[in-house]
Amino acid sequence: MPQIPMAAEGPLLTLDDLSIVFSSPDEADIVAVRQVDLTLRRGKTLALVGESGCGKSVTARAILRILDKSAAIPSGQIIFSPDDAEPVDIATLNPDSIAMRTIRGNRISMIFQEPMSSLSPVHTIGDQIDEMIILHERVTPKQARERTIALLDQVGIPGPRERADAYPFQLSGGLRQRAMIAMALSCNPDLLIADEPTTALDVTTQAQILDLLRQLQDDYGMAMLFITHDLGVVAEIADDVAVMYLGDVVEQGDVFDVFATPQHPYTRALMSSIPKMQRKAERERLQPIQGTVPSPKDRPQGCSFSSRCPVAFEPCAKVRPDPTRTGKQHRTRCHLIERELKPGEVIV
Amino acid sequence: MATDTMILKETQRKDRATGRESQWKMIWRRFRQHRLALVSLWIVIGFYLIAIFAEFLAPYAPSHYNSRYTYAAPQGIHLFDTDEQGNWGFRPFVYGYTTEIDQAAMRRTFVLDPDVKHRVQFFIETEPYRLAGFIPMQHRLFGVAEPRAPFYVLGADRLGRDLLSRLIHGTRISLSIGLVGVVLSLFFGVLIGGFSGFYGGWFDSIVQRTIEFIRSLPTIPLWLGLAAAMPRDWGALQTYFAITIILSVVGWTELARVVRGRFLALRTEDFVVAAQLDGASDYRVIMRHMVPSFMSHIIAAATLAIPGMILAETALSFLGLGLQAPIVSWGTLLQEAQNIRTLASAPWLLLPGVVVVIVILAMNFLGDGLRDAADPYGR
Amino acid sequence: MLGFIISRLISMVLTIWAISLVAFAIIQLPPGDYLTTYVATLSASGDRVDPRVIEALREQYGLGQPFIVQYWKWVSGIVTAGDFGQSFEWGRPVTELIWGRLGNSILLEGLAVIVMWFVALPIGVYAAVNKYSLGDYLATIFGFLGLAIPNFLFALVLMYLGYAWFGVVMGGLFSPQFEGAHWSFARVLDFLSNAWAPVLVLATAGTAQLIRVMRANLLDELRKPYVTTARAKGLPEWRVILKYPVRVALNPLVSTIGWLLPTLVSSSVIVSVVMNLPTAGPMLLRSLTTQDMYLAGTLILLLGVLTVIGTLISDLILAWIDPRIRYGGE
Repeated sequence: MPQIPMAAEGPLLTLDDLSIVFSSPDEADIVAVRQVDLTLRRGKTLALVGESGCGKSVTARAILRILDKSAAIPSGQIIFSPDDAEPVDIATLNPDSIAMRTIRGNRISMIFQEPMSSLSPVHTIGDQIDEMIILHERVTPKQARERTIALLDQVGIPGPRERADAYPFQLSGGLRQRAMIAMALSCNPDLLIADEPTTALDVTTQAQILDLLRQLQDDYGMAMLFITHDLGVVAEIADDVAVMYLGDVVEQGDVFDVFATPQHPYTRALMSSIPKMQRKAERERLQPIQGTVPSPKDRPQGCSFSSRCPVAFEPCAKVRPDPTRTGKQHRTRCHLIERELKPGEVIV
Repeated sequence: MATDTMILKETQRKDRATGRESQWKMIWRRFRQHRLALVSLWIVIGFYLIAIFAEFLAPYAPSHYNSRYTYAAPQGIHLFDTDEQGNWGFRPFVYGYTTEIDQAAMRRTFVLDPDVKHRVQFFIETEPYRLAGFIPMQHRLFGVAEPRAPFYVLGADRLGRDLLSRLIHGTRISLSIGLVGVVLSLFFGVLIGGFSGFYGGWFDSIVQRTIEFIRSLPTIPLWLGLAAAMPRDWGALQTYFAITIILSVVGWTELARVVRGRFLALRTEDFVVAAQLDGASDYRVIMRHMVPSFMSHIIAAATLAIPGMILAETALSFLGLGLQAPIVSWGTLLQEAQNIRTLASAPWLLLPGVVVVIVILAMNFLGDGLRDAADPYGR
Repeated sequence: MLGFIISRLISMVLTIWAISLVAFAIIQLPPGDYLTTYVATLSASGDRVDPRVIEALREQYGLGQPFIVQYWKWVSGIVTAGDFGQSFEWGRPVTELIWGRLGNSILLEGLAVIVMWFVALPIGVYAAVNKYSLGDYLATIFGFLGLAIPNFLFALVLMYLGYAWFGVVMGGLFSPQFEGAHWSFARVLDFLSNAWAPVLVLATAGTAQLIRVMRANLLDELRKPYVTTARAKGLPEWRVILKYPVRVALNPLVSTIGWLLPTLVSSSVIVSVVMNLPTAGPMLLRSLTTQDMYLAGTLILLLGVLTVIGTLISDLILAWIDPRIRYGGE
């Protein structure tokens, strides 16, 4: 069901100064995400990149408010402004409230990394999709099933009518992920959050799923928050990119800007650790990042990357850098930038 | 040694601060964090000490009776009293009894008489006995000085025998039967489970089916059937060992399952394969490399098996098909409590049951703690 | 599915055959043959024994012949004619004695299973969802106590309290006036007023175990990604939990019936003895003490068969509710 491009103004979703803290009775609180600002434009794709444990999945789950009970949002806003409704601050809603539940799955939906375990093993694919439609819309089970079959057909599942009665373990990984996508799209969401949707799949299936997502985004006109650790995937699908390291967004901006002129040492290090297609003679050695990611408990006091940064200097370990504009819509958290800018110099 | 390097490697990986600790030290360290298990360990040790020194701790021999005091109520022990000069101090005593006739029930009941006090003395000299059957002794931990005075701290049974003394002696039988039964089960379990896990193949599948079969049977009818086949004229010792064998018929299966599982898990571990490639014999691979690394699991499983054995013996003896009358165990003691009207007038006969529950709980907690600690590298 | 059922049925038949061997071995275990004992008791009580009757019995049961022959005669009698042999103590065929008793056993155990599930399920779910809450700790303590208190002791304590506080002598399943009556509403009420105590005793240990299993299963399932998926759909939390993880955690719980039943049958024997219930338990005990071996063997056989059939039913339910087994996946 293609939609007419929306006329509403401003970004669809804004995370403003968002922090997420995990607390446990035995240990000190862990700040998993700290003071993150993100902007999602209508109909566009923002890729959130980072190593595992950097807080990207936690951020995504916070948007849907499906984090554990041990997680809290001590500061920040999650402003969601759909086309046809008043903006709401999701961060202030009760996770199990009706207001939140009508957004969840309906306005914002999500697909997950493990297509194997992200579907209930004891319910049929059709049941699981029907449930979502019936939950959010006034339809009979029969109508819901017809829509489910249409959706399964649309995401490229052959024999959708029969497959709707299949259990997840009877489908291949690729088909399961397609079913997940069909479920996420079943209520025409404004925003689709995809949490590493291709990581668990083999390479050819990955490409098919990415193509499918791109095409569906064109058809539905929805925005997408795409979480991945694969820079290759980012280049393929994203309009904007935000790089996370240990709970911080260290660099964010237009995908071409960031890829062409990476500013943060971590982004640069990520870029140079990807193998390139080159002749053997021109090949350079890959440069892995030194050391390992510390746990959020041992995060350096200043810039979180300072313990591994090859160009760290005096203030880095002590003082946390603020985001600095390094281009049109390109912002970086790094002391290096501030130092390189002469006083009074402005980047346009 | 392959195991040593593995331990070292694992130790460094999991917990750098510990450095080179032996496996047993690590297990002990983890175990100590388990408060409940630690307390339970002391309780269990305490009960086994009671079992060992039963004759010394109990005021009387288990068969000692005084028909003047049938179903005498518990006296308790009063620890402090004033002496002739009126000085208050540690001077344990018990009250004597006066008898009253319960007109309704037409029988005697015993009431404590606060006017009669019998001093309790420590290391009192009694008729000679042999501690644990071979150390000749003449003193017991405590008792009353006057030889004819009643001394029933926890009350008396239908023959006027001291429940406390019988409980202490019963502890020896009940605890040891659990231990012997588990040792027996362990022997068969390790042997059969080990073979089955190490060599696999048809032997393994036969053993597996057998274990499944035995575990699908209701145990009490099976045990009852086997126990009923014991000739009535067997002596105490024969009955005792027959019961342990009967309990082991079912008991070995659980331990064999654990051992087999560990063998299967370890068979493909690098250090075992390495030892095999080095040309070590099967015997050496098993004894030097595999057994040390799952010894702790076996000990935990064995500990968890003991309470089941004790419960089974108690149940069998309670039903009258286990240990028989002259032998004193918790089960035979509870047999006395079967009649509800007797119980109503002498509720202290249920005390052995309280002891059973305490010991079973303590052993379960201890076993759980050991099982959690047995895998110092896990989690 | 069909393959699963057939394989289960085959293994059930094999198990029953093995149980019959064990039961018959138990019949054979006591020294001497029971016919001699029987004759001796009859003569002792002054009855005249017709040697021809004795000879006929000896022939019928193959006494004096090898184990296999005797076993064959016993089993073929059961399979072809439903003849389980003769109770020498009662002087009647075993079949006439056992069915009412076994029926009571099945009734009690069935009620206990139902009570266990109804109590354990909500508590287990509550304990897992509210992990480390006060209710969770209480459930854990109850679990440990339920496992540590031997059921006959619990029965004794219950009877003692009933007698000491209310002057009620618990025991039996029916009041005297309903003993031999036909089933009616009044008789059902009377049965329930008597049966609650043994059912409570029987269900306690199993409930404790089921709570532990349910809590552990559910804690595992709650961590799985499909729960997050269900939450991301916008379902209310209680529906997320009940429809998904609880539903999945039920599968292993159903298969626990397989190992709960043997314990339940065991405890019903001993609890029935304590509470003087007209079930198979006291009859078995009595037949074993008087060496009435055909009766004893039959009861052991049938209690075993009962357990195996219960396990089969739990397997079938499992196959029915778990599509992974139904479609032969995994």
